[in-house]
Amino acid sequence: MNERLAPLTPEIILAASAVAGLLAGSWLPRQRQWPVRLLAAAACLAALASTALTTAGTATTDFGSSYAIDVATDTVRIVVAAATLLVICLSAGVMRAHPRETEFYVLLLLAALGTILLAGANDLLLLFAGYLLASVPGYALAGFGKDAPGTEAALKYYLMGALFGIAMLAGITLVYGAGRTTSYPLLHTALAAAAPHGVTAVGVIAVVAGLMFKIGGVPAQFWIPDVTEGTSTPVAAFVTTVPKLGALAALLRLLSVAVPASAVNWPLLVAVLAAASMTLGNFAAFFQTSVKRLLAYSTISQVGYLLMAVAVGTRSGTAPRSLLFYLAAYAVTNLAAFAVVAELPDARTIADYRGLASRHPGLAAVLLLSLLGLVGTPPTAVFLGKLQVFTATIDGGYGWLAGLAVVNTVASLFYYLRWLVAAFLRQPRDGGAEALQPAGRWVALVAYTAGAASLAMGIASAAILPLVNGHLIR
Amino acid sequence: MLSLIVFLPAAAAVALLAVPGRAPRGVFAWAWVGVSAADLGLVAAAWAGYDPRGGFGWTENIAWIPTVGIRYHLGVDGLSLPLLAMTAALFLMVAVYSLRETRRVKSYVCLFLFLQTVSLGLFAALDLILFFLFFDLSIVGMYFVIAGWGHGERARAAALKFFLYTFTGSLALLLGFIGLYLAVRPHTFDMVTVIRANPLAGRGAYAGLVLLAVAVGLAVKTPTVPFHTWLPPAHTEAPAAGSAILAGVLLKMGTYGFVRIAMPMLPGTWRHYALAFVIIGVVSVVYGALVALAQDNFKRMIAYTSVNHMGYILLAVGAAGILAGTSAQARTLAVTGAVTQMVSHGLLTGALFLLSGILLDRGHTYDMTAYSGLAARMPVFAAVTWVAAFGSLGIPGLSGFIAEFQIFTGSLPSATVATAVAVLGILITAALFLRALQRVFLGPLRLPDAPGTPAAFRDLRPAEVASIVPLVAAAVVIGVAPRFLLDVIEPAARTLITLVAR
Repeated sequence: MNERLAPLTPEIILAASAVAGLLAGSWLPRQRQWPVRLLAAAACLAALASTALTTAGTATTDFGSSYAIDVATDTVRIVVAAATLLVICLSAGVMRAHPRETEFYVLLLLAALGTILLAGANDLLLLFAGYLLASVPGYALAGFGKDAPGTEAALKYYLMGALFGIAMLAGITLVYGAGRTTSYPLLHTALAAAAPHGVTAVGVIAVVAGLMFKIGGVPAQFWIPDVTEGTSTPVAAFVTTVPKLGALAALLRLLSVAVPASAVNWPLLVAVLAAASMTLGNFAAFFQTSVKRLLAYSTISQVGYLLMAVAVGTRSGTAPRSLLFYLAAYAVTNLAAFAVVAELPDARTIADYRGLASRHPGLAAVLLLSLLGLVGTPPTAVFLGKLQVFTATIDGGYGWLAGLAVVNTVASLFYYLRWLVAAFLRQPRDGGAEALQPAGRWVALVAYTAGAASLAMGIASAAILPLVNGHLIR
Repeated sequence: MLSLIVFLPAAAAVALLAVPGRAPRGVFAWAWVGVSAADLGLVAAAWAGYDPRGGFGWTENIAWIPTVGIRYHLGVDGLSLPLLAMTAALFLMVAVYSLRETRRVKSYVCLFLFLQTVSLGLFAALDLILFFLFFDLSIVGMYFVIAGWGHGERARAAALKFFLYTFTGSLALLLGFIGLYLAVRPHTFDMVTVIRANPLAGRGAYAGLVLLAVAVGLAVKTPTVPFHTWLPPAHTEAPAAGSAILAGVLLKMGTYGFVRIAMPMLPGTWRHYALAFVIIGVVSVVYGALVALAQDNFKRMIAYTSVNHMGYILLAVGAAGILAGTSAQARTLAVTGAVTQMVSHGLLTGALFLLSGILLDRGHTYDMTAYSGLAARMPVFAAVTWVAAFGSLGIPGLSGFIAEFQIFTGSLPSATVATAVAVLGILITAALFLRALQRVFLGPLRLPDAPGTPAAFRDLRPAEVASIVPLVAAAVVIGVAPRFLLDVIEPAARTLITLVAR
């Protein structure tokens, strides 16, 4: 067996830091737990660095064939570590001197670790372990404030997660029964040899459903708006951005490596889910007045575009690359939008943003960049992601899906613009200024960093694309 | 050189952003005038150094995003250079006109400088994604101009309509570009490579769909009937400077796309569906003219004449795709006329929209029924408007005549009936302009006396003369001595006709 630990350095760093942070937090004074925050940030930086150092290596599997280390895993490692770092900066102000500060950062690290495990899992059982590790800290984070909306959000999140987790476990059992193995490469051989069977189909659909919960797409999207609305903005930014990075990579790996399209017509299944996600997310976002709910529904529609790349995962050679690039672009852009929301904690509705451009021109610029970016305006990173995803989709023979995505993009413009228009209107004379009180420098720093990154990743994508170019290991 | 021309205004905008907003507004306004004048000088230098027989000149071609096949490829030829020059000139004139703007001058100037970069970049772009980038950003920029400096709440609704329509069009365009990209081997968005490869020759329905996507995208921007409904409200609600740029430059992005992208990249398909474009063109000509005839609102009327004028261009490019019963010479003439029309319309309609802004400034309404006998009070204003209107309706001696004469002569052999119907459009346009001019300028003096109307109806101020008269003068120069322009356009038009006949 190839039980090497060195290739798993980023994962080990995150796990060890979480444990060390928990222990250190037990001995630190209640009001002075900031060393754990530093530890968590350092862990993310170290994970980034160690991934960057090993990323040049060839794709490989570890512990038999159960854990894949290839372009998808590396990309998710980097994006998750960077996104977690940004979320740590986002929450630094809110969590300062909080009596449970340690727990917060440890939960963040564990959820990030679970997300990376999802992306690398090359075995159904490891996939489920990753699912649990990415989910359970999320429930705790959602209810971290111990207030009524947070508790409701956590309960809803947990119940949905438990339901889809059970479904996933049942699906794994069925697929194991049909293929007599849980390892992806072996499963592919076994399922391709066997005649198509209902059991396989039901099993695969159940596993996909479980991943859709983590991704936050139809049919498991119900928790997203409530959790986004109910928890603190940094947590909302985290749970709507980070887990789906790993889950989408996991879905791509599961379907394109383990499940032959001859056994289950999964491209069509994913295409339909993509179509449903983008359409439903957009229509629900149309008349939202709360900015957090609007962003929540917008993430559901973005998931639809991301799923397009999964649908053509084996039909177009550029699909993996387009998915991975879009994931990175989406994470940065979505975090930029959430950072603007976090910087203005008292502005809850779109109307509260009136006068933003004159009060805080920098934040208005970030909002403009991130929202137009989410629409897919060049030269932002999401535009390039969308361009590649659309190209791969048409190349893969799903022209209708690309057409629908275009219609949805136009529709999404409508609600993003409502928000932007408010931000660029002049302030009403009768006050309204108190809604636009900035929260702190760290949050603003995240907003500017993420906004600049979403633009830079688009213009300088020539440097990034070769890094995400490659194939999943089989 | 081209990069400098394109990005000079944007660089100036970034520099101006660093200047505190409390600075006197003259700083921003004059900076814009200075930058635009320098840019126009650079374009003139580029024109002087361009050899019309040499294909693309001043090219810059470096890999931008090689993994996706996107290049940073700029260049000009006889189709784009006149538009580049027209754009630079119009922006300079709008800058001079805007010296009197008082509302949030810093953002206003930076926004227009941004639009200037975007517009120049579009006409210089030789990569589909680069073209799309500028196409999309022009929508964003113009949206903020209309919503921010238009006439109140209705302006925001009009701006939203403009954004949604043209953005839909741009996405259709993007789908078409992806279709072209996937057909070229190796995949690339480079225009020159795609044109040379002619990748969709004999691809039947797929090629038809790609042309449909591209054509819808461009037709929305142009706009032609039935995609024109965003245009009248956008123009009516936009500030005068915004209208001038929207009509003068942004509409050309659509028509320019036809001659730069649709025709040479999909020649066979273009020929197959050429009749459809002829028909859409003629319908736009007649419909635009008829609706303009029914307007009482001066600005709305000019907006609809734009639909009419863009119809001529579509007629010409459609006729250039019909090979039967015609010669390459006639088709070249049609394309030359189309490009001349783009330049001419940019100058004249730009001038007319600036004039409408003066009308609003003095009388606080665009309603033509409120005015009468204005020539007595504002003789210079009247004279300039007369010349611009005559140019727009195609009187010999002005640029509109040169353009429309070539379009009709070039289109007549292949699309005889359509051309005959389109000539009707000229008649209606003549009628509507004469009627409007007569209502506003002749007869007994009557001025609107709405509350807030200034008592004195001042004639044109020096800055207004300096901004509008050069545009009209340029139209006269093209009308009297068009060779300098046609010598540049004709070789490129011949090349295009050869490409379409492949």
